[in-house]
Amino acid sequence: MSEVVAAVLAVAQLLLLVGLAPAVNGLIKRAKARLQGRRGPPLLQGYFDLAKLLRKDAVVSEHSSVISRATPAVYAGAIASAALIVPALWAPAPLGGWGDAIAVIGLFALARFALALAGLDTGSAFGGMGSSREVALAALAEPALALALFAVVWRTGTTDLGTTALWLVERPYETIAPSQLLALAAFLIAIIAETGRVPVDNPDTHLELTMIHEGMLLEYSGRPLGILVWATQLKQLVLFSLLFALFLPFGIARTPAELPLAALALVAKLAVMCAMMALIESSNAKLRILRVPELLGAASTLAVLALIAEVMVG
Amino acid sequence: MSVPGPLPDVVMTWRLDGLGAYFGLVILVISTATASFAIGHRHHHAGFRGSGALLGLFVVSMLGVVLAGDAFSFLIAWEAMSLASFALVLTDHRRADVRRSAWIYVVMTHAATALVVVAFLVLARATGSLSFAEWSLRAATLDPPTASLVFVLGLIGFGTKAGMIPVHVWLPRAHPVAPAPVSALMSGVMIKLGIYGLVRLTFDWLAPGPAWWGSLILMLGAASAVLGVLYALMEHDLKRLLAYHSVENIGIILMGLGTAVVARSLDAPAVVAIGLAAALFHVANHATFKALLFMGAGAIDAATGTRDLERLGGLARRMPVTAATFLVGSAAISALPPLNGFASEWLTFQGLLALGHAARDPQLALLPLLLGGALALTGALALACFVKAFGVSFLALPRSPRAAAAHEAGRPELVAMVTLAVACVALGVGAVPVLAAIGTLVPAAALSGGLSSGPLAIADGRVDLPGLAALVVALGIAALAAPRLLGPVRTRVAETWVCGVALHPVHGYTATAFAKPIRLMFRGIVRPVREVEIVHRSGTRFVASVQYRSHIAPVFERYVYRAFTDRLVAFSHVIRRAQNGSLQTYLAYLIAALVAALVIAR
Repeated sequence: MSEVVAAVLAVAQLLLLVGLAPAVNGLIKRAKARLQGRRGPPLLQGYFDLAKLLRKDAVVSEHSSVISRATPAVYAGAIASAALIVPALWAPAPLGGWGDAIAVIGLFALARFALALAGLDTGSAFGGMGSSREVALAALAEPALALALFAVVWRTGTTDLGTTALWLVERPYETIAPSQLLALAAFLIAIIAETGRVPVDNPDTHLELTMIHEGMLLEYSGRPLGILVWATQLKQLVLFSLLFALFLPFGIARTPAELPLAALALVAKLAVMCAMMALIESSNAKLRILRVPELLGAASTLAVLALIAEVMVG
Repeated sequence: MSVPGPLPDVVMTWRLDGLGAYFGLVILVISTATASFAIGHRHHHAGFRGSGALLGLFVVSMLGVVLAGDAFSFLIAWEAMSLASFALVLTDHRRADVRRSAWIYVVMTHAATALVVVAFLVLARATGSLSFAEWSLRAATLDPPTASLVFVLGLIGFGTKAGMIPVHVWLPRAHPVAPAPVSALMSGVMIKLGIYGLVRLTFDWLAPGPAWWGSLILMLGAASAVLGVLYALMEHDLKRLLAYHSVENIGIILMGLGTAVVARSLDAPAVVAIGLAAALFHVANHATFKALLFMGAGAIDAATGTRDLERLGGLARRMPVTAATFLVGSAAISALPPLNGFASEWLTFQGLLALGHAARDPQLALLPLLLGGALALTGALALACFVKAFGVSFLALPRSPRAAAAHEAGRPELVAMVTLAVACVALGVGAVPVLAAIGTLVPAAALSGGLSSGPLAIADGRVDLPGLAALVVALGIAALAAPRLLGPVRTRVAETWVCGVALHPVHGYTATAFAKPIRLMFRGIVRPVREVEIVHRSGTRFVASVQYRSHIAPVFERYVYRAFTDRLVAFSHVIRRAQNGSLQTYLAYLIAALVAALVIAR
């Protein structure tokens, strides 16, 4: 594959995921509203909100440092880089050779590091609260994520995401192996924590008792806030794509001719995923923050069981 | 090179091989940067001013350790290194806590040296020589129980120097009380010589042993990594926090080394190479960022007179260069791409996975995979800890007058810190040539496939750190630039919103508050103790003052060492009965001893 083709593919995947991210978030909101007996905002509302935020003037704190100003760029840069490593519509991903699953986790950590520092930067208690909780919960989500990942890549023999996805596509029966299902459950819980959804965090409120992710964003306004909100939605979509690549890679395109079918499969998978997220969010109450470790501990336990099933049995 | 020793038949040999050259290079580079820092720092630390010669002796003795070619020379250099560092820790010897910390250090390091001496004597007896070259030639002739004995003695002896849990307790005491350049050298370089000893022991002096050797190193490494970072999170003294991170990073190095040792037992050279390369690479990486961070802590101490995070804050505006270099060091130690900490931890992950594949026994395969989860936990907790360390000291508002009046460090200090910060980036982006060089110096750590250019690729995965670095920067700029197409926006400066009152330094999060969720989540391990004392105004229910104290129970000191020292003290009381101060009794002992000697030698 020539470098020009690779560059075109990279731009195409970036535009696809960046463009799709607000719609996916909108779909979850819409499904949640339906489940709760409301009509909910229109699917395109996410785009209107972003367009408005990106046109608005920003207010920055006089006490903040260069960290606050650099964070939107670092956060968005790291997440967008991860978006080019994870296979979404076709495999291998356009820049799959630049990084593997561990690099994706590393890029997410880089984004989290920048945002958590920004939360502390303005000197208000809300930002610190958000940062403190975010890094604590991420510390528990990370082992679950890594162990689930290990359970999958141990079987495929490589941490390369494209190869892993294609390996599973060729062996559909492997996707329902016990270890794979246990790892999927662990991964799903970790994703709920990473995307800041109920029962770990609540994406819809700024109530200080509950807020984690929103707490770190509290001092942002206008265009920088727009960039951060968009990047957060992109992170959610990248995590979903990662889950599809590792557990449900069906329909992923290997040749250009398969692209229409792959697009259809992606939309179907996203629809199911959004519906499931809405269902989880609507049927659970937000956990007290000190109960969350039990949930994430359960995720790690599931991932350990997945590894045991994989190594001992499979 | 051989020189005659002080005793007949003792020849002191000094030689340089690849492994020694690699560690020697790390020592020299970090020492040079530290010397530059010390030139400026001595003006801020009265007791440290006359320590130049001692610092030189310390560096020379460390070089002696990696150059020694026989047990005798090694122990001379090893002991000189311990004593020089002991004297340097004692720089502020007028303070009682410094004397106590230095005392614990010197006792533990000598107990460890005693074990190393025993290991050496066993080896010397088995091979009939003190020369390291002879030891490696005859390694295969050692019978397995003797080899295992030497391994365990060496593991505890060298592990103590490295700061491995549970023999780490000296490290978080001795490193913080020493002057900043000494802490940088001790944490950055000296503890790595414990790792040097372990690599020599497992790869040079002993033949491949049973798999439990490596598994033991792996488990001790994982325990050091997780507990080290947890204890670091509980600290609000910046230098103690950094010292506990040394325990953590030694754990990560030991996980790489353990991978290599298990793989050596399984006769899987490709996996040996990944594990050993990861361990050796992390040695250089940790030396770089830990020396940088200790220098940053020293610069903060010089500027504000305190290392207590709760009294800092807002330093990024007052010490911008220190802040920038400390940020790079924090990101590197948190294993963030594309910095050097990420490169070696990535390789450690790959080593654990590869070991899982290489092990045919399921139980042996499961261990490295599960420890991979521990490594992920360590990385995420380290990130939390350095968000805390950087955020609480450099961001928000200053929480003490001294912090508000802080000034930037002097030029020699800044040169040292900027150099090391650049090195952190270069070792990450340039990981491929560095690993190729490690492979050239230490053939066992040569990654298969030949690393010359392109991404860092081994059999099981690949990562292109220069590519990722460029990508993050390019996409970050794009994210800022793209919205400009929608037209210009203004940026207004206003105060932070805190529900309508004026922002006060107490609104910002403190280190203790920041770590509270983690303290509560891991309370079963760290055992926090909380004391709240409310004083009422006399005769009323109005609160006059609230005292809040929070600390963690010293688990290892209380349950492991206390039990040992209590027995030791009890035993010495028994001994004391024999030593009753009466001259006649002592004469009787002498005669009894003489008679006994005559009877035995008859």
